[in-house]
Amino acid sequence: MRFGFVILMTGLLLAGAAPAAEIAQAERRSGYSFMTPDTKAMQDDDTANPGMLWVLDGEALWKRKQGAANKACADCHNDASASMKGVAAHYPAFDKALDRPVDLEQRINLCRISHQQATPLPYESRDLLALTAFVAQQSRGAAIETGSDPQLEPFIAKGRALFTQRQGQLNLGCANCHDDNWDKRLAGSAITQAHPTGYPLYRLEWQSLGSLQRRLRACITGIRAQAYDYGAPELVELELYLMSRARGMPVETPAVRP
Amino acid sequence: MASALINVPKTAKRGDIIEIKTLMSHIMETGYRHTATGEVVPRDIITSFTCRFNGTEIFRADLFPAIAANPFITFFTRATDSGKFEFEWIGDQGFSETASASIIVE
Repeated sequence: MRFGFVILMTGLLLAGAAPAAEIAQAERRSGYSFMTPDTKAMQDDDTANPGMLWVLDGEALWKRKQGAANKACADCHNDASASMKGVAAHYPAFDKALDRPVDLEQRINLCRISHQQATPLPYESRDLLALTAFVAQQSRGAAIETGSDPQLEPFIAKGRALFTQRQGQLNLGCANCHDDNWDKRLAGSAITQAHPTGYPLYRLEWQSLGSLQRRLRACITGIRAQAYDYGAPELVELELYLMSRARGMPVETPAVRP
Repeated sequence: MASALINVPKTAKRGDIIEIKTLMSHIMETGYRHTATGEVVPRDIITSFTCRFNGTEIFRADLFPAIAANPFITFFTRATDSGKFEFEWIGDQGFSETASASIIVE
């Protein structure tokens, strides 16, 4: 009897440790679909969605002259509704000069440094979030196309390795929750499939807009691992993998999440 | 860089019940939190919201520290005349913002 029990337990443990199966295309769901009707209504109504406050600020910043060059974003890119349409759906994108992918926040700061000759905006500062939200909102509804550039392949592979890598005191990888257990709940909250379709997004818990890097760092802290610094290549590779994994899903920026 | 989002129907029929939605950008710092070194983070909240229609006050709310950041206030009123809604938010540390929206009542 006892021997039988041990065999049964071993079987269960092995089943539990089965390698992460990727989510089938048809089964992919945005975090939106896991939300309550109230939170969905908040995202859907532009006058109730607090993320729109950042978008408004971003629109003002877009037209404001900055730096030693005394140029506004609009001086080169003109009307964002035309020039930035669909742009965020391609990020993180490959930067030739740096020879590696950069996310939308980094692209805005690179533009500030080289073209506006201004100081880069700190990560999670109101201005950087506002500009990013404004640019990304121009792609709302567009299908995510990140990762179509073949130069990104090695970086997507690194991001994927990080996604499946167990780490931290809880010895968990991202995939253990977001590939294997997305249909379950953790402490009452839906686990979700980790498709970053609406960043930067307004998280009710934060009472603020926040970037995907902030979300990733919070998740890494949650598994009791040491979070990478803002702007670290590992975080950008994770962003890249997650966005390429969400390819084809519509951009929701600025999304609302619980 | 405070900004407000106002949603008032542009037109309404006389006697209609209309919904007015307002969203104001504000951190709503409670005054109950401490920094890592133990100092109290000073309270910084919106304390009062008022809506006037053609100069007459039609809605007022007092706000308290338990209200979340970026307060979203909605209320209903009856459309009587064409005119202008004026909104005013007043708060700690000299915070004062206004916004307005017009309606045509047929």
